[in-house]
Amino acid sequence: MQKLSEKLKQDIHYIESLNSCMNCGVCTAICPAAEFYRYDPRVIVDTVQRQDEEALETLLKSETIWYCGECMSCKTRCPRSNTPGGVIMSLRRLSQEEGYFTESEKGRQQFALKRVLGNNILNYGYCVTPDVVRPEMHPEQGPVWEWIYEHRDEFYERVHSNYRKEGAGALRKVDDQTMKELRSIFEVTGGKAFMDNIENCSAEKAQEMGMDMETYFLHTYMDNNDNHQ
Amino acid sequence: MNLEAKQQIWKEYQKEIADDRYYYARSCIRQTFFPGSEWAYLDILGNRLGKTVFDDPRHTTCTGIGYHSDVVPVETIMTVVARHFALMTEAGFENITPSCITSFGIYTEILHTWQEHPEIEEQTHEYLWKATRREFKKPKNLAHTSDVIYKFRHEIAAQKKHALVDVHTGRPLRVVDHIGCHYAKMFPSKGIGGAEFPAVLSGMVTAWGGEPVDYPERRHCCGFGFRNYLVLANRGYSIANSKKKFESMQPYEPDFIITNCPGCAMFLDKWQYTISEMEGTTYGKDGYGIPVLTYEEAAALVLGYDPWEIGLQMHQVSVEPLLEKMGIAYDPDAKYRNARGEDMGRPACPNYLKV
Repeated sequence: MQKLSEKLKQDIHYIESLNSCMNCGVCTAICPAAEFYRYDPRVIVDTVQRQDEEALETLLKSETIWYCGECMSCKTRCPRSNTPGGVIMSLRRLSQEEGYFTESEKGRQQFALKRVLGNNILNYGYCVTPDVVRPEMHPEQGPVWEWIYEHRDEFYERVHSNYRKEGAGALRKVDDQTMKELRSIFEVTGGKAFMDNIENCSAEKAQEMGMDMETYFLHTYMDNNDNHQ
Repeated sequence: MNLEAKQQIWKEYQKEIADDRYYYARSCIRQTFFPGSEWAYLDILGNRLGKTVFDDPRHTTCTGIGYHSDVVPVETIMTVVARHFALMTEAGFENITPSCITSFGIYTEILHTWQEHPEIEEQTHEYLWKATRREFKKPKNLAHTSDVIYKFRHEIAAQKKHALVDVHTGRPLRVVDHIGCHYAKMFPSKGIGGAEFPAVLSGMVTAWGGEPVDYPERRHCCGFGFRNYLVLANRGYSIANSKKKFESMQPYEPDFIITNCPGCAMFLDKWQYTISEMEGTTYGKDGYGIPVLTYEEAAALVLGYDPWEIGLQMHQVSVEPLLEKMGIAYDPDAKYRNARGEDMGRPACPNYLKV
Protein backbone atom coordinates (compact mmCIF):
# COMPACT_ATOMS: atom_id res chain seq x y z
CA MET A 1 0.00 0.00 0.00
CA GLN A 2 1.31 3.42 -0.94
CA LYS A 3 2.41 5.60 1.96
CA LEU A 4 0.39 8.70 2.82
CA SER A 5 3.48 10.88 2.40
CA GLU A 6 4.03 9.43 -1.09
CA LYS A 7 0.43 10.14 -2.06
CA LEU A 8 0.79 13.67 -0.79
CA LYS A 9 3.86 14.25 -2.93
CA GLN A 10 1.86 13.47 -6.08
CA ASP A 11 -0.65 16.25 -5.36
CA ILE A 12 -0.08 19.33 -7.52
CA HIS A 13 -0.98 21.62 -4.63
CA TYR A 14 1.69 19.99 -2.51
CA ILE A 15 4.24 20.14 -5.33
CA GLU A 16 3.54 23.82 -5.95
CA SER A 17 3.22 24.80 -2.29
CA LEU A 18 6.16 23.33 -0.45
CA ASN A 19 9.80 23.95 -1.25
CA SER A 20 11.69 23.84 2.02
CA CYS A 21 10.36 25.39 5.18
CA MET A 22 12.76 26.95 7.67
CA ASN A 23 10.11 27.11 10.37
CA CYS A 24 10.28 30.88 10.80
CA GLY A 25 6.56 31.12 11.64
CA VAL A 26 5.75 34.15 9.49
CA CYS A 27 2.79 32.20 8.07
CA THR A 28 1.39 31.79 11.58
CA ALA A 29 1.92 35.46 12.34
CA ILE A 30 -0.09 36.58 9.30
CA CYS A 31 -2.73 33.83 9.41
CA PRO A 32 -6.34 34.92 10.20
CA ALA A 33 -7.19 31.34 11.21
CA ALA A 34 -4.28 31.20 13.68
CA GLU A 35 -5.66 34.32 15.32
CA PHE A 36 -9.09 32.78 15.74
CA TYR A 37 -8.57 29.05 16.16
CA ARG A 38 -6.08 26.83 17.98
CA TYR A 39 -4.21 26.63 14.72
CA ASP A 40 -0.59 26.93 13.68
CA PRO A 41 0.33 26.47 10.00
CA ARG A 42 4.03 26.40 10.92
CA VAL A 43 3.49 23.22 12.94
CA ILE A 44 1.46 21.64 10.13
CA VAL A 45 4.20 22.25 7.57
CA ASP A 46 6.70 20.91 10.10
CA THR A 47 4.65 17.71 10.56
CA VAL A 48 4.32 17.19 6.83
CA GLN A 49 8.06 17.67 6.26
CA ARG A 50 8.92 14.99 8.84
CA GLN A 51 7.15 12.35 6.71
CA ASP A 52 6.18 10.44 9.84
CA GLU A 53 3.28 8.25 8.66
CA GLU A 54 1.67 8.00 12.07
CA ALA A 55 1.83 11.74 12.67
CA LEU A 56 0.46 12.34 9.16
CA GLU A 57 -2.48 10.00 9.70
CA THR A 58 -3.26 11.73 13.00
CA LEU A 59 -3.15 15.09 11.21
CA LEU A 60 -5.48 13.89 8.47
CA LYS A 61 -8.01 12.76 11.10
CA SER A 62 -7.68 15.93 13.15
CA GLU A 63 -9.72 19.14 13.42
CA THR A 64 -6.59 21.15 12.67
CA ILE A 65 -6.46 20.92 8.88
CA TRP A 66 -10.02 22.26 8.59
CA TYR A 67 -9.44 25.64 10.26
CA CYS A 68 -7.65 27.39 7.37
CA GLY A 69 -9.79 29.87 5.39
CA GLU A 70 -7.67 29.54 2.21
CA CYS A 71 -7.19 33.31 2.02
CA MET A 72 -3.60 32.53 1.02
CA SER A 73 -2.17 35.47 2.96
CA CYS A 74 0.64 33.06 3.89
CA LYS A 75 1.80 32.86 0.28
CA THR A 76 2.58 36.57 0.13
CA ARG A 77 4.70 36.54 3.25
CA CYS A 78 6.66 33.28 3.19
CA PRO A 79 10.35 34.08 2.65
CA ARG A 80 10.81 30.67 1.01
CA SER A 81 7.84 31.03 -1.38
CA ASN A 82 5.88 28.26 0.29
CA THR A 83 2.09 28.29 0.54
CA PRO A 84 0.93 26.58 3.74
CA GLY A 85 -2.66 27.16 2.52
CA GLY A 86 -1.83 25.07 -0.55
CA VAL A 87 -0.38 22.32 1.65
CA ILE A 88 -3.68 22.40 3.54
CA MET A 89 -5.56 21.89 0.24
CA SER A 90 -3.50 18.75 -0.46
CA LEU A 91 -4.05 17.46 3.11
CA ARG A 92 -7.80 18.03 2.87
CA ARG A 93 -7.98 16.17 -0.42
CA LEU A 94 -6.05 13.21 0.98
CA SER A 95 -8.13 13.18 4.17
CA GLN A 96 -11.28 12.92 2.06
CA GLU A 97 -9.88 10.33 -0.33
CA GLU A 98 -8.81 8.15 2.62
CA GLY A 99 -12.14 8.67 4.42
CA TYR A 100 -10.41 10.21 7.46
CA PHE A 101 -12.36 13.46 7.36
CA THR A 102 -15.34 12.03 9.22
CA GLU A 103 -13.19 11.56 12.33
CA SER A 104 -13.35 15.25 13.27
CA GLU A 105 -16.27 17.65 13.75
CA LYS A 106 -14.81 20.20 11.33
CA GLY A 107 -13.92 17.49 8.82
CA ARG A 108 -17.48 16.13 8.86
CA GLN A 109 -18.62 19.55 7.64
CA GLN A 110 -17.44 18.49 4.18
CA PHE A 111 -20.76 16.70 3.93
CA ALA A 112 -22.72 19.94 4.41
CA LEU A 113 -20.44 21.70 1.93
CA LYS A 114 -20.79 18.92 -0.62
CA ARG A 115 -24.58 18.90 -0.26
CA VAL A 116 -24.91 22.70 -0.55
CA LEU A 117 -22.27 23.50 -3.17
CA GLY A 118 -22.59 20.25 -5.12
CA ASN A 119 -26.33 20.78 -5.37
CA ASN A 120 -25.95 24.42 -6.44
CA ILE A 121 -23.28 23.75 -9.05
CA LEU A 122 -24.84 20.68 -10.62
CA ASN A 123 -28.45 21.90 -10.51
CA TYR A 124 -28.14 25.64 -11.17
CA GLY A 125 -24.69 26.05 -12.75
CA TYR A 126 -23.61 28.46 -10.01
CA CYS A 127 -22.10 28.08 -6.55
CA VAL A 128 -24.59 30.61 -5.17
CA THR A 129 -28.00 31.80 -6.32
CA PRO A 130 -30.58 33.84 -4.39
CA ASP A 131 -32.92 30.87 -3.98
CA VAL A 132 -30.44 29.02 -1.78
CA VAL A 133 -29.66 31.90 0.59
CA ARG A 134 -32.70 31.21 2.76
CA PRO A 135 -33.05 33.81 5.52
CA GLU A 136 -33.70 31.18 8.21
CA MET A 137 -30.31 29.63 7.46
CA HIS A 138 -28.66 33.06 7.10
CA PRO A 139 -29.86 35.29 9.95
CA GLU A 140 -26.66 37.34 9.59
CA GLN A 141 -27.86 38.61 6.22
CA GLY A 142 -30.30 40.86 8.02
CA PRO A 143 -33.72 42.35 7.26
CA VAL A 144 -32.85 43.91 3.90
CA TRP A 145 -31.93 40.50 2.51
CA GLU A 146 -35.11 39.04 4.00
CA TRP A 147 -37.10 41.71 2.15
CA ILE A 148 -35.24 41.06 -1.12
CA TYR A 149 -35.67 37.29 -0.75
CA GLU A 150 -39.39 37.67 -0.20
CA HIS A 151 -39.75 39.88 -3.30
CA ARG A 152 -36.95 38.35 -5.33
CA ASP A 153 -38.80 37.92 -8.63
CA GLU A 154 -39.81 41.56 -8.91
CA PHE A 155 -36.74 42.86 -7.09
CA TYR A 156 -34.18 41.27 -9.42
CA GLU A 157 -36.15 42.53 -12.41
CA ARG A 158 -35.86 46.04 -10.91
CA VAL A 159 -32.06 45.86 -10.91
CA HIS A 160 -31.81 44.69 -14.53
CA SER A 161 -31.11 41.00 -14.01
CA ASN A 162 -32.55 38.15 -16.04
CA TYR A 163 -33.56 36.05 -13.05
CA ARG A 164 -34.60 32.48 -13.98
CA LYS A 165 -35.07 33.40 -17.65
CA GLU A 166 -33.32 32.18 -20.80
CA GLY A 167 -30.56 34.22 -22.43
CA ALA A 168 -27.74 36.40 -21.16
CA GLY A 169 -27.61 38.49 -17.99
CA ALA A 170 -27.27 38.02 -14.26
CA LEU A 171 -29.09 35.14 -12.58
CA ARG A 172 -30.39 33.74 -15.85
CA LYS A 173 -31.40 30.09 -16.10
CA VAL A 174 -28.40 28.15 -17.36
CA ASP A 175 -29.53 26.22 -20.44
CA ASP A 176 -29.84 22.43 -20.53
CA GLN A 177 -26.94 21.84 -22.96
CA THR A 178 -24.59 23.90 -20.76
CA MET A 179 -25.69 21.99 -17.65
CA LYS A 180 -25.12 18.73 -19.52
CA GLU A 181 -21.56 19.82 -20.35
CA LEU A 182 -20.90 20.90 -16.77
CA ARG A 183 -22.09 17.56 -15.37
CA SER A 184 -20.08 15.72 -18.00
CA ILE A 185 -16.93 17.56 -16.86
CA PHE A 186 -17.60 16.41 -13.30
CA GLU A 187 -18.00 12.80 -14.54
CA VAL A 188 -14.89 12.78 -16.72
CA THR A 189 -12.51 14.54 -14.33
CA GLY A 190 -13.40 12.66 -11.16
CA GLY A 191 -15.36 15.52 -9.57
CA LYS A 192 -18.50 13.42 -9.28
CA ALA A 193 -16.62 10.42 -7.85
CA PHE A 194 -14.95 12.72 -5.32
CA MET A 195 -18.34 14.02 -4.17
CA ASP A 196 -19.86 10.54 -4.15
CA ASN A 197 -17.05 9.42 -1.85
CA ILE A 198 -17.85 12.27 0.57
CA GLU A 199 -21.48 11.14 0.50
CA ASN A 200 -20.65 7.46 1.09
CA CYS A 201 -18.18 8.09 3.93
CA SER A 202 -20.69 10.43 5.54
CA ALA A 203 -23.49 7.86 5.29
CA GLU A 204 -21.27 5.36 7.10
CA LYS A 205 -20.43 7.89 9.80
CA ALA A 206 -24.07 8.88 10.22
CA GLN A 207 -24.95 5.24 10.79
CA GLU A 208 -22.13 4.90 13.31
CA MET A 209 -23.41 8.00 15.14
CA GLY A 210 -27.00 6.73 15.05
CA MET A 211 -28.30 9.60 12.91
CA ASP A 212 -30.46 9.68 9.80
CA MET A 213 -29.02 11.76 6.96
CA GLU A 214 -31.19 14.79 7.64
CA THR A 215 -30.06 14.90 11.27
CA TYR A 216 -26.48 14.31 10.17
CA PHE A 217 -26.68 17.21 7.70
CA LEU A 218 -27.87 19.53 10.48
CA HIS A 219 -25.10 18.20 12.72
CA THR A 220 -22.47 19.00 10.08
CA TYR A 221 -23.97 22.41 9.31
CA MET A 222 -24.78 23.69 12.77
CA ASP A 223 -22.96 21.87 15.56
CA ASN A 224 -20.00 23.44 17.30
CA ASN A 225 -18.48 21.67 20.30
CA ASP A 226 -16.75 24.90 21.31
CA ASN A 227 -13.43 23.10 21.57
CA HIS A 228 -11.68 24.77 18.67
CA GLN A 229 -10.30 27.99 20.07
CA MET B 1 16.09 58.28 -4.92
CA ASN B 2 15.63 60.14 -8.18
CA LEU B 3 12.33 60.21 -10.03
CA GLU B 4 13.51 57.97 -12.86
CA ALA B 5 14.55 55.23 -10.44
CA LYS B 6 11.23 55.49 -8.61
CA GLN B 7 9.31 55.21 -11.88
CA GLN B 8 11.39 52.18 -12.83
CA ILE B 9 10.54 50.45 -9.55
CA TRP B 10 6.86 51.34 -9.84
CA LYS B 11 6.74 49.75 -13.31
CA GLU B 12 7.14 46.38 -11.62
CA TYR B 13 3.83 46.96 -9.87
CA GLN B 14 1.84 47.61 -13.06
CA LYS B 15 0.17 45.04 -15.24
CA GLU B 16 -1.00 44.83 -18.81
CA ILE B 17 -4.73 45.32 -19.26
CA ALA B 18 -6.32 44.87 -22.68
CA ASP B 19 -7.85 47.95 -24.25
CA ASP B 20 -11.05 46.46 -25.68
CA ARG B 21 -12.98 43.27 -26.56
CA TYR B 22 -13.49 41.53 -23.26
CA TYR B 23 -15.08 38.13 -22.61
CA TYR B 24 -17.05 38.61 -19.36
CA ALA B 25 -16.84 35.87 -16.72
CA ARG B 26 -19.75 36.26 -14.33
CA SER B 27 -19.47 36.01 -10.53
CA CYS B 28 -21.87 33.82 -8.53
CA ILE B 29 -21.75 36.14 -5.52
CA ARG B 30 -21.85 39.42 -7.44
CA GLN B 31 -24.89 38.42 -9.48
CA THR B 32 -26.71 37.32 -6.31
CA PHE B 33 -25.91 40.24 -4.02
CA PHE B 34 -24.90 43.02 -6.44
CA PRO B 35 -26.65 42.39 -9.77
CA GLY B 36 -26.96 46.16 -10.23
CA SER B 37 -23.17 46.47 -10.06
CA GLU B 38 -22.82 43.96 -12.82
CA TRP B 39 -25.38 45.79 -14.95
CA ALA B 40 -23.62 49.10 -14.25
CA TYR B 41 -20.25 47.62 -15.26
CA LEU B 42 -21.57 46.31 -18.57
CA ASP B 43 -23.44 49.55 -19.23
CA ILE B 44 -20.45 51.77 -18.41
CA LEU B 45 -18.11 49.70 -20.60
CA GLY B 46 -20.54 49.42 -23.50
CA ASN B 47 -22.42 52.71 -23.48
CA ARG B 48 -20.11 55.19 -21.76
CA LEU B 49 -16.70 53.96 -22.87
CA GLY B 50 -17.66 52.36 -26.18
CA LYS B 51 -16.03 49.02 -25.45
CA THR B 52 -17.15 45.57 -26.55
CA VAL B 53 -17.94 43.11 -23.77
CA PHE B 54 -19.41 39.69 -24.49
CA ASP B 55 -21.83 38.39 -21.86
CA ASP B 56 -22.12 34.73 -22.84
CA PRO B 57 -25.29 32.82 -21.83
CA ARG B 58 -23.30 29.56 -21.94
CA HIS B 59 -20.92 30.66 -19.21
CA THR B 60 -21.23 28.94 -15.78
CA THR B 61 -19.68 29.13 -12.35
CA CYS B 62 -15.94 28.42 -12.32
CA THR B 63 -16.79 26.25 -9.25
CA GLY B 64 -14.24 28.29 -7.26
CA ILE B 65 -16.19 28.37 -4.00
CA GLY B 66 -16.45 24.59 -4.20
CA TYR B 67 -12.74 24.33 -5.00
CA HIS B 68 -11.70 26.46 -2.03
CA SER B 69 -14.17 24.56 0.16
CA ASP B 70 -12.31 21.43 -0.98
CA VAL B 71 -15.27 19.58 -2.49
CA VAL B 72 -14.26 20.21 -6.13
CA PRO B 73 -10.92 18.66 -7.21
CA VAL B 74 -8.35 20.67 -9.14
CA GLU B 75 -8.75 18.56 -12.31
CA THR B 76 -12.44 19.43 -12.38
CA ILE B 77 -12.08 23.18 -11.90
CA MET B 78 -9.29 23.31 -14.50
CA THR B 79 -11.60 21.70 -17.03
CA VAL B 80 -14.51 24.00 -16.17
CA VAL B 81 -12.21 26.99 -16.64
CA ALA B 82 -10.89 25.45 -19.87
CA ARG B 83 -14.49 25.34 -21.10
CA HIS B 84 -14.75 29.08 -20.42
CA PHE B 85 -11.60 29.58 -22.47
CA ALA B 86 -13.14 27.45 -25.23
CA LEU B 87 -16.32 29.57 -25.24
CA MET B 88 -14.15 32.69 -25.38
CA THR B 89 -12.13 31.24 -28.25
CA GLU B 90 -15.26 30.20 -30.18
CA ALA B 91 -16.75 33.69 -29.76
CA GLY B 92 -13.61 35.25 -31.26
CA PHE B 93 -12.33 36.88 -28.07
CA GLU B 94 -8.85 36.74 -26.54
CA ASN B 95 -9.19 38.82 -23.37
CA ILE B 96 -10.99 37.36 -20.37
CA THR B 97 -12.26 39.48 -17.49
CA PRO B 98 -13.62 37.68 -14.43
CA SER B 99 -15.84 39.73 -12.16
CA CYS B 100 -15.12 37.56 -9.13
CA ILE B 101 -11.86 37.81 -7.20
CA THR B 102 -11.92 34.11 -6.36
CA SER B 103 -12.31 33.34 -10.07
CA PHE B 104 -9.54 35.79 -10.97
CA GLY B 105 -7.20 34.06 -8.52
CA ILE B 106 -8.16 30.66 -9.89
CA TYR B 107 -7.71 31.64 -13.55
CA THR B 108 -4.30 33.08 -12.60
CA GLU B 109 -3.32 29.98 -10.66
CA ILE B 110 -4.42 27.64 -13.45
CA LEU B 111 -2.49 29.53 -16.13
CA HIS B 112 0.56 29.50 -13.85
CA THR B 113 0.24 25.76 -13.20
CA TRP B 114 -0.10 25.00 -16.91
CA GLN B 115 3.00 27.05 -17.60
CA GLU B 116 4.98 25.15 -14.96
CA HIS B 117 3.46 21.76 -15.82
CA PRO B 118 2.53 21.54 -19.53
CA GLU B 119 1.49 17.90 -19.03
CA ILE B 120 -1.38 19.10 -16.82
CA GLU B 121 -2.55 21.51 -19.52
CA GLU B 122 -2.42 18.65 -22.01
CA GLN B 123 -4.49 16.47 -19.69
CA THR B 124 -7.04 19.30 -19.35
CA HIS B 125 -7.33 19.52 -23.15
CA GLU B 126 -8.11 15.81 -23.17
CA TYR B 127 -10.65 16.04 -20.35
CA LEU B 128 -12.44 18.95 -22.03
CA TRP B 129 -12.58 17.22 -25.38
CA LYS B 130 -13.89 14.02 -23.84
CA ALA B 131 -16.53 15.85 -21.78
CA THR B 132 -17.71 18.51 -24.25
CA ARG B 133 -15.97 18.03 -27.62
CA ARG B 134 -14.59 21.56 -27.22
CA GLU B 135 -11.08 22.89 -27.70
CA PHE B 136 -9.57 25.98 -26.17
CA LYS B 137 -6.85 28.54 -26.51
CA LYS B 138 -5.47 30.33 -23.49
CA PRO B 139 -6.40 34.00 -23.17
CA LYS B 140 -3.90 36.59 -24.36
CA ASN B 141 -4.90 38.86 -21.50
CA LEU B 142 -6.43 38.14 -18.11
CA ALA B 143 -7.64 41.10 -16.07
CA HIS B 144 -10.08 41.46 -13.23
CA THR B 145 -13.00 43.75 -14.02
CA SER B 146 -11.66 46.20 -11.40
CA ASP B 147 -8.44 46.35 -13.44
CA VAL B 148 -10.52 47.41 -16.43
CA ILE B 149 -12.26 50.20 -14.48
CA TYR B 150 -8.85 51.24 -13.12
CA LYS B 151 -7.51 51.42 -16.66
CA PHE B 152 -10.33 53.77 -17.69
CA ARG B 153 -10.54 55.71 -14.41
CA HIS B 154 -9.49 58.99 -16.05
CA GLU B 155 -11.99 58.55 -18.91
CA ILE B 156 -14.68 58.01 -16.25
CA ALA B 157 -13.45 61.09 -14.38
CA ALA B 158 -13.75 63.10 -17.59
CA GLN B 159 -17.47 62.23 -17.74
CA LYS B 160 -18.18 62.66 -14.04
CA LYS B 161 -21.39 64.19 -12.73
CA HIS B 162 -20.42 63.87 -9.06
CA ALA B 163 -16.97 63.86 -7.50
CA LEU B 164 -16.00 61.92 -4.38
CA VAL B 165 -16.23 65.17 -2.46
CA ASP B 166 -18.46 66.45 0.34
CA VAL B 167 -20.35 69.11 -1.59
CA HIS B 168 -21.22 70.94 1.63
CA THR B 169 -17.63 71.51 2.72
CA GLY B 170 -15.51 70.81 -0.37
CA ARG B 171 -13.63 68.12 1.57
CA PRO B 172 -12.49 65.07 -0.44
CA LEU B 173 -14.28 61.99 0.87
CA ARG B 174 -12.12 59.71 3.00
CA VAL B 175 -12.21 56.28 1.46
CA VAL B 176 -10.80 53.03 2.86
CA ASP B 177 -10.26 50.22 0.40
CA HIS B 178 -10.46 46.50 0.88
CA ILE B 179 -8.92 44.36 -1.81
CA GLY B 180 -9.97 40.72 -2.02
CA CYS B 181 -7.18 38.38 -0.86
CA HIS B 182 -7.06 36.36 -4.07
CA TYR B 183 -6.54 39.46 -6.22
CA ALA B 184 -2.81 39.79 -5.53
CA LYS B 185 -1.77 37.84 -2.43
CA MET B 186 -1.17 34.64 -4.38
CA PHE B 187 0.38 36.16 -7.50
CA PRO B 188 1.39 39.74 -6.60
CA SER B 189 2.67 40.55 -10.09
CA LYS B 190 -0.84 40.04 -11.46
CA GLY B 191 -2.36 42.85 -9.40
CA ILE B 192 -1.90 46.60 -9.76
CA GLY B 193 0.43 47.60 -6.94
CA GLY B 194 1.02 43.96 -6.05
CA ALA B 195 0.12 42.80 -2.56
CA GLU B 196 2.19 45.51 -0.84
CA PHE B 197 1.05 48.71 -2.55
CA PRO B 198 -2.58 48.11 -3.43
CA ALA B 199 -3.50 50.73 -6.02
CA VAL B 200 -6.33 49.28 -8.07
CA LEU B 201 -9.02 50.89 -5.90
CA SER B 202 -7.12 53.83 -4.41
CA GLY B 203 -6.22 54.82 -8.00
CA MET B 204 -9.92 55.09 -8.82
CA VAL B 205 -10.63 57.02 -5.61
CA THR B 206 -7.89 59.56 -6.34
CA ALA B 207 -8.97 59.97 -9.98
CA TRP B 208 -12.54 60.69 -8.88
CA GLY B 209 -11.63 63.31 -6.27
CA GLY B 210 -11.54 61.28 -3.06
CA GLU B 211 -8.79 60.72 -0.54
CA PRO B 212 -7.63 57.12 -0.01
CA VAL B 213 -6.96 56.47 3.66
CA ASP B 214 -4.46 53.89 4.81
CA TYR B 215 -5.36 51.92 7.94
CA PRO B 216 -3.44 49.27 9.87
CA GLU B 217 -5.50 46.22 8.86
CA ARG B 218 -5.95 47.31 5.25
CA ARG B 219 -4.54 44.03 3.95
CA HIS B 220 -6.30 41.74 6.43
CA CYS B 221 -8.81 39.22 5.05
CA CYS B 222 -12.53 40.15 5.34
CA GLY B 223 -13.03 36.72 6.87
CA PHE B 224 -14.99 34.87 4.17
CA GLY B 225 -12.73 31.86 4.56
CA PHE B 226 -15.04 29.75 2.35
CA ARG B 227 -16.04 26.87 4.72
CA ASN B 228 -15.70 29.37 7.56
CA TYR B 229 -18.72 31.28 6.32
CA LEU B 230 -20.61 28.67 4.33
CA VAL B 231 -21.06 26.38 7.34
CA LEU B 232 -23.24 28.08 9.95
CA ALA B 233 -21.22 26.64 12.85
CA ASN B 234 -18.06 28.40 11.65
CA ARG B 235 -19.33 31.93 11.08
CA GLY B 236 -17.65 33.26 14.23
CA TYR B 237 -14.37 33.16 12.26
CA SER B 238 -15.84 35.20 9.48
CA ILE B 239 -17.39 37.96 11.59
CA ALA B 240 -14.33 38.18 13.88
CA ASN B 241 -12.09 39.04 10.94
CA SER B 242 -14.44 41.73 9.64
CA LYS B 243 -14.72 43.16 13.16
CA LYS B 244 -10.96 43.45 13.31
CA LYS B 245 -11.05 45.51 10.12
CA PHE B 246 -13.90 47.76 11.26
CA GLU B 247 -12.11 48.53 14.52
CA SER B 248 -8.95 49.33 12.57
CA MET B 249 -10.61 51.69 10.09
CA GLN B 250 -13.13 53.40 12.39
CA PRO B 251 -10.68 55.93 13.94
CA TYR B 252 -10.03 57.35 10.46
CA GLU B 253 -13.76 58.16 10.10
CA PRO B 254 -14.09 56.87 6.55
CA ASP B 255 -16.99 58.14 4.45
CA PHE B 256 -17.20 54.77 2.76
CA ILE B 257 -15.44 51.47 2.11
CA ILE B 258 -14.69 50.44 -1.49
CA THR B 259 -14.03 46.82 -2.45
CA ASN B 260 -13.22 44.87 -5.60
CA CYS B 261 -14.34 41.46 -4.35
CA PRO B 262 -18.09 40.78 -4.35
CA GLY B 263 -17.86 38.52 -1.31
CA CYS B 264 -15.93 41.10 0.70
CA ALA B 265 -18.46 43.79 -0.23
CA MET B 266 -21.29 41.61 1.01
CA PHE B 267 -19.56 40.63 4.25
CA LEU B 268 -18.36 44.11 5.16
CA ASP B 269 -21.94 45.33 4.65
CA LYS B 270 -23.84 42.53 6.37
CA TRP B 271 -21.50 41.94 9.29
CA GLN B 272 -21.96 45.56 10.41
CA TYR B 273 -25.61 44.69 10.96
CA THR B 274 -24.78 41.43 12.75
CA ILE B 275 -22.21 43.04 15.04
CA SER B 276 -24.72 45.76 15.91
CA GLU B 277 -27.30 43.12 16.82
CA MET B 278 -24.77 41.11 18.85
CA GLU B 279 -23.02 43.94 20.67
CA GLY B 280 -24.89 47.16 19.97
CA THR B 281 -21.77 48.50 18.22
CA THR B 282 -21.96 50.63 15.07
CA TYR B 283 -18.99 52.01 13.15
CA GLY B 284 -20.29 55.05 11.27
CA LYS B 285 -21.46 58.39 12.65
CA ASP B 286 -24.64 58.83 14.72
CA GLY B 287 -25.50 55.15 14.87
CA TYR B 288 -25.17 54.51 11.11
CA GLY B 289 -22.76 52.02 9.60
CA ILE B 290 -19.93 52.75 7.19
CA PRO B 291 -21.40 52.44 3.68
CA VAL B 292 -19.74 49.80 1.49
CA LEU B 293 -19.56 50.30 -2.26
CA THR B 294 -18.38 48.02 -5.00
CA TYR B 295 -16.07 49.82 -7.45
CA GLU B 296 -18.79 49.56 -10.10
CA GLU B 297 -21.25 51.31 -7.78
CA ALA B 298 -18.70 54.03 -7.03
CA ALA B 299 -18.03 54.52 -10.75
CA ALA B 300 -21.76 54.59 -11.51
CA LEU B 301 -22.45 57.22 -8.82
CA VAL B 302 -19.61 59.35 -10.19
CA LEU B 303 -21.15 59.03 -13.65
CA GLY B 304 -24.59 60.07 -12.41
CA TYR B 305 -26.50 56.76 -12.42
CA ASP B 306 -29.59 56.63 -10.20
CA PRO B 307 -28.73 54.88 -6.89
CA TRP B 308 -31.72 52.54 -7.06
CA GLU B 309 -31.07 51.61 -10.72
CA ILE B 310 -27.70 50.19 -9.65
CA GLY B 311 -29.16 48.34 -6.67
CA LEU B 312 -27.92 50.34 -3.70
CA GLN B 313 -31.16 49.42 -1.93
CA MET B 314 -29.70 45.92 -1.53
CA HIS B 315 -27.21 47.19 1.02
CA GLN B 316 -27.96 46.65 4.70
CA VAL B 317 -25.90 49.71 5.65
CA SER B 318 -27.76 52.78 4.40
CA VAL B 319 -26.05 54.71 1.63
CA GLU B 320 -28.21 57.83 2.01
CA PRO B 321 -25.71 59.73 4.24
CA LEU B 322 -23.09 59.22 1.52
CA LEU B 323 -25.47 60.29 -1.27
CA GLU B 324 -26.26 63.43 0.65
CA LYS B 325 -22.57 64.24 1.13
CA MET B 326 -21.98 63.80 -2.60
CA GLY B 327 -25.00 65.94 -3.45
CA ILE B 328 -26.75 63.12 -5.30
CA ALA B 329 -30.52 63.61 -5.55
CA TYR B 330 -32.61 60.52 -4.90
CA ASP B 331 -36.24 59.62 -4.42
CA PRO B 332 -36.57 57.90 -1.00
CA ASP B 333 -39.81 56.13 -1.98
CA ALA B 334 -38.40 54.81 -5.27
CA LYS B 335 -35.99 52.74 -3.21
CA TYR B 336 -38.80 50.34 -2.39
CA ARG B 337 -40.56 50.18 -5.76
CA ASN B 338 -40.43 47.44 -8.37
CA ALA B 339 -39.86 47.96 -12.11
CA ARG B 340 -43.53 48.86 -12.59
CA GLY B 341 -43.40 51.50 -9.87
CA GLU B 342 -45.36 49.41 -7.34
CA ASP B 343 -44.39 49.51 -3.67
CA MET B 344 -42.74 46.35 -2.33
CA GLY B 345 -43.13 47.20 1.35
CA ARG B 346 -40.20 47.94 3.64
CA PRO B 347 -37.51 45.79 5.28
CA ALA B 348 -37.76 45.51 9.07
CA CYS B 349 -35.61 47.94 11.06
CA PRO B 350 -32.54 46.62 12.86
CA ASN B 351 -32.49 47.06 16.63
CA TYR B 352 -29.34 49.19 16.74
CA LEU B 353 -28.01 49.99 13.29
CA LYS B 354 -29.63 53.20 12.08
CA VAL B 355 -31.06 52.94 8.57
